[in-house]
Order: sequence, then C-alpha cells, then structure tokens
Amino acid sequence: MDWLGHINYWVVIFLMMTGFYTVIARGNMVKIIIGLNIFQTSAFILFISAGKIIGASSPVLEKGVDLYSNPLPHVLILTAIVVGVATTAVGLALAVRVRENYGSIQDDRLTEEEEAEPGL
Amino acid sequence: MKTNGILRVVTRFLIPLIMLFALYIQFHGEYSPGGGFQAGVIFAAAWILFALVFGLDEALAVIPAKAQKVLASVGVMLYSFIGVLGVVLGGRFLDFNPLIPGSPQGAQQAGIILVELGVGITVAAVVMIVYTLFADRLRVVADLTREEID
Amino acid sequence: MSILEWMPFSVLLPLLAAPVCALLPGRVLPWLLAMISVTASAVIMAFVLPEAVQAPMRYFFGDWPPPIGIEYRVDAVNGFIGLLIALMGTVILPWGRVSVNREVPQRQGLFYALFLLSFAGLMGITLTGDAFNVFVFLEISSLSTYVLVAQGRSRAAPLSAFRYLVMGTLGATFYLIGIGLIYIMTGTLNMVDLAERLPAVADSGAVQAAFGFIIVGIGLKLALFPLHRWLPGAYANAPSAVTVFLASTATKVAIYVLLRLVFTVFGLEFVRQMPFAEVFFVLGVIGILFASLWAVEQDNAKRLLAYSSVAQVGYMALAISFVSVAGISAGLVHMFNHALMKAALFMCVCTVIYQVGSPSISAFNGLGRKMPLTMLAFVLAGLSLIGVPLTVGFISKWLLIEAAMDQGNWFAVVVVLIGSLLAVLYIGKIAEAAWLKPTPEGHETIREARPALLLPMWLLVAANFYFGIDTRLTADVARRGAEMLLGVSP
Repeated sequence: MDWLGHINYWVVIFLMMTGFYTVIARGNMVKIIIGLNIFQTSAFILFISAGKIIGASSPVLEKGVDLYSNPLPHVLILTAIVVGVATTAVGLALAVRVRENYGSIQDDRLTEEEEAEPGL
Repeated sequence: MKTNGILRVVTRFLIPLIMLFALYIQFHGEYSPGGGFQAGVIFAAAWILFALVFGLDEALAVIPAKAQKVLASVGVMLYSFIGVLGVVLGGRFLDFNPLIPGSPQGAQQAGIILVELGVGITVAAVVMIVYTLFADRLRVVADLTREEID
Repeated sequence: MSILEWMPFSVLLPLLAAPVCALLPGRVLPWLLAMISVTASAVIMAFVLPEAVQAPMRYFFGDWPPPIGIEYRVDAVNGFIGLLIALMGTVILPWGRVSVNREVPQRQGLFYALFLLSFAGLMGITLTGDAFNVFVFLEISSLSTYVLVAQGRSRAAPLSAFRYLVMGTLGATFYLIGIGLIYIMTGTLNMVDLAERLPAVADSGAVQAAFGFIIVGIGLKLALFPLHRWLPGAYANAPSAVTVFLASTATKVAIYVLLRLVFTVFGLEFVRQMPFAEVFFVLGVIGILFASLWAVEQDNAKRLLAYSSVAQVGYMALAISFVSVAGISAGLVHMFNHALMKAALFMCVCTVIYQVGSPSISAFNGLGRKMPLTMLAFVLAGLSLIGVPLTVGFISKWLLIEAAMDQGNWFAVVVVLIGSLLAVLYIGKIAEAAWLKPTPEGHETIREARPALLLPMWLLVAANFYFGIDTRLTADVARRGAEMLLGVSP
C-alpha cells in the first residue's frame, strides 16, 4: 500500500476524528462548534483532494494545455463551506442565547439545569 | 482603537484596496477563479475592518442595519429575477440562453455575471448582518432589560 | 406552460417568496404571502402527481441535461411525498397563525421567511434527482428549522435548538462524506447515473463505507432509534406551529431520502449484500418498544408525543427492513398516515397549551368538559395512532402486519401489537386526565378554542377517517412507488 500516495485520506481521517471527538467530548458549546467546523473541513478536503489530478493544470482554458483538474468538487465544496459558515453563525448565536438564559455554556452544567427543569 | 494613529492610517489605506479586490474577484468570476461568494465576503471584510477600528456606530452610519437587511433580500431577488426571466422568455429556470437570442456565449456571460452579482450582494450583506448582530448584542440586551425594568 | 414547466415552481415559489417575506412589515402580509406560496405549491403538486405516476417527469435546470446540470425528477414516490408536505403546510399555516401571534409577537416577517425556507428545503429534497442537491436543500431546511426551534418561548428552546444543530450538522456531514466517496468512485452525482455506474464498483470498500456514512447521516436526520436524542427536546420546546410542521414533515422527508438512496441509487442487489435489513429490523424493534415506553413515562404532553414520533419512525424502519414491495409500501403508507395523525395530535395538545398555558399532563385534568371539541379530536386522532379500524392507523398497521406475515416473521407482528398496546397507554394517559379527572381550581374560566384553531384540527381528524376508509390514493400510489423503488415494474 502506498502510504504517502494516500496522504490526503490520512489527513481527512485525522481531521474527521479530531473534530468528531471534540463534538462528542461535550465540553463547552463554543468548542463543540469548533469541533463541528473541523469535522466539516475533513469532508471538504476529501472532495477537493479528489478533484486534483497530478500534473494537470488549474481548470482555466489555456492554449497548449489539455489536462485539467476537476473543478466540480471545488464548486460543490464552495456551497458546503457557505453552509458551514451559516451553521457556525447560527450555532454561535444560539450559544449567546443559551448563555443569556442559563449563565453558562458548559455542557455538563447545562445538562444538570435541563434535568432540573420542571415539567420537562 | 480610534486613537491609534498607525491603525487609522493603515486602515484608511487598506479599505479601498480590499474593496477594489472584492470587485475584481466579483467581475472576473466567469473566466478566472472568483465569484459572488468570495467577493461578498471580501467586501464585508473591508466594512468589518472599518467597524473594528472606527467603532460600530461609525460603520452603521455608512451602511445602516436596515440597509443590510434590505440588501440581503435584494441580492436573492436579483438572482431569482434572472432565473425566472429565463422561464418568461421561453426557457428553463436559470436558463441564460434566451436572455440574448442568437449569442449563446454573450447570454451565458451576462446571465452568470448578473446572478453572481446577486450572490455577492447577499453574501456581503449577510456577513455584515452577522457581525452587527454579534457586536450589538450587549446593547440589545441592555435595551431589553431596561424595557423590562420600565 | 405545461405542467412540467410548473413543476419546479412548487419548490421555487416558496424559495423566491422567502426574501420578500423577510422584508414585509406587520403580521398580516408575511402570513398571507407564505400562505399563497405554500398553497400554490400544493396545487402544483396535485396536478403533477397524476402525471408523475404514469411516467417520471424530468426538468433540467438552465436547460443543461444531466449529468452536467441538475435535474428534478418526479415519480410516484416523491410526487406522493411532495404532495403530502405541501398539503400539510397548507393546513398548518392557517392554524399556526393564532399561536405564532402569541409566541412570536415580533418580526413575524422573518419568522415566516424561515418557515418558507424550511418548507422549500423539504420540497427540494423531495423533488431533486441530484445527490449533492439533496445535501444543499437538507441544510437549507435544517438551518431554518434550528432558528425556528429557537423561537420557542421556554428557556430551554435555544439549548434544544443547539443540540439539534449539532446532531443535524453531524448527520449532514456524514451524508456529505458518503456522497463524496461515491462521487470519487463513479464521477457523477445524478441519482439515475449513479444507479447505472455503482454496480460496477459495488465490491469496493469505498462504496460500502459510503453506504454506511449515508445511512448514519440520514439516520441522524430521521431520529432513528439510537440517534434520536435531539428530537424530543426540539419538538417540545419549538413554537407550536413549528412543532406541528416538523412532526408531520421533517422525518418523513428523511425516510424518503433513505428509500431513494438505498433502493434507487445503491440498488437491491447491493442492499442484499449489506447487513441493511438486519440492522433496520433490530433498530426498528428496539425503537418501537423503548420509545413507546419512554412516551408512557413522560409528564409533558408535547414530549410524550415526540417520543411517540420516535416509536413511529421505528415502525417505518421495521417496514423498510422487510425489503419487499409489501413492506416498503406499508412504510410509505405509514409515512403519509403518521403525518396526518401526529399533526392532528400535536395540534390538539398545542391548542390546549394555547388555552391553558402549560404543557404538563396535569394541565389536561378535566378539560373534556371545558374544551370538548379539542379533546374529542384528540381522542379520535389518538385512536388512529393506536390503530383502531376505520382510521388510517389501522390501514398502516394492517399493511405492516401483512408484510411481516408474508415473510413468516411472527416476532415483528408481536412487536407491532405490543407497540399498539403501549400507544393505548400513553394516549390513554392524556385522555384519562381530560375526561375522568376533576377540573382543578383556577381552571373554571378556560373555554373552548376559537374556530381558527379548531377547523384545521378537525380537517385533519376527518382526513384520518377518510383515508382510513378510502385507501385508493394512499395504498395504490404507495404500492406503485414501492414497486418502482425495488425495480419490480418498469
């Protein structure tokens, strides 16, 4: 197996696990959002690295070039990045509201408060 | 940060350049890398830099919160207007060919530039709204609690 | 314009109306615009469905044929679900207006704009024929839903919305990774194209991993049993109108995406190689039993119904796990029927919350005398959930048991019956409080809800009985859809 040739996949797996762990470790809401971002980034790299063809030029029409990298993953991931930015903004806004309501964004404290809530 | 001379001078010098770069990215998007998303974010970055150095009030005097909201909607409306125009002129949604009959290249170019302009306006406005909402939150909360006390 | 050219506007109209809605002032105009666009969407889908059942309708965006362009492809399955969503939106909006006026008094333009985006996203997921486009619409609808959930008046609403956001984003990213892997293997994102190219690479680990990623991703959106943790909080704390809309549409669309990707894209051969049926069978059974038991335990009526929703997702998973025409059509029928009954039940509970002000079951004490029409509607819709003959619930349970018996799976039959008994318990808990317990002090002034709340509720209750007697639309279309998904008929 060509370890170095699959470097992009190793990067993807490393980022995916880092992000996923940060999300499920349930520390602080802002950390969870950062974890989500890292997790999403792993998916972005998976797509973008798949579009690269070694030895090919960037996908802009030019004379004398006939091997281009695939531009489609970039376009797809541009959309996904925008989605990621929107998610981050909504997540942070919710964190602000949670902080205003509970005075904390620490996940274990919030779980305690949630369970103490009457009627829920 | 208003009082720091170096910051003020450098920002004044940088902001026009950032805006120019945003416009370049915006209007070269159909041939070279670029487009509305990137241009919108860069344009908003110029405004956010201004807000950081000169304060949110000064920045809101340039582009008021109300205008940001209107612009965010107007960009989407421009996009959808071009999309629906394709249907009205006898094609499919987002079909640019009927925009300039007989010149498919010109039509595609015109269509994509207008659509990306809509994207750029919306993205710039939305990024500004996000910044304004977060930066202004403390004041909004203070107003809300004051109302409750009253 | 032909009906084909109108078809994409069932998604585009609400999508285009949303930015206009965000700018409209006051309370009447935004609601009116939302109502018009959602109704128009339903009318378009009503015209599309008969044609789509005959032959798939294909619309190419920008006149670019796939795989370069994005196409909307409507056949019996997604035409049916698109119509369901649009109809639910049309019924819920007039009902929601009253509760939204109280729960979201300010900036209703933005609220209805978000509602339209959420609606358009769900319609888009249903109609599109492009696997990546599904992701984009999934996120459009999810993001607006997170914000809508956070508008609830309880203190926990933003926290529930945040939990939902984390799980939803994880799910969408899992889905994205899965799509990325199959794109790397096949070089296309169009569902029909994928179906043609995937069998050639079906043995590769990447495609099998992609299958796993996609199932987990959709499972999160679906609230399939171990991945359901976000759902009760989100349903319980969202504004009433949002709860009713979510409960009747969001999980249904996720089930559709699951069916479409598993059976149309990956194909029956591939699914038989993977442990799909076994996993869904086990999760479905556990989901039905545990979620129903949790529902019995709840003291909050909204939470009780939310756990019941998780159990109903279990029934659908169980139906799908049979991987037979009978099983999948039972799943599709139950999807339609569950939307009708759960919307009716949530409407009743939310109407009580509107009149009484508390979601706890003790607030229902003696309401049968104070709000007879609402509580009668609740009992009737509850009978439908339990599966009493003449209601839609009976039809779906009947088809489900039939599908299980086809395979000689008596265990599944027993589980369905136990699930129904547990439904008797949790529905009975509220009904008992309403009809048998005395009215507590301070509740003397409570009155029956206004007609604007009662009419849509009773319309849904009537639909519960209508479709329980006349099964032509549901059972026949669902059977056609199931045959098409499994590739039995052309």
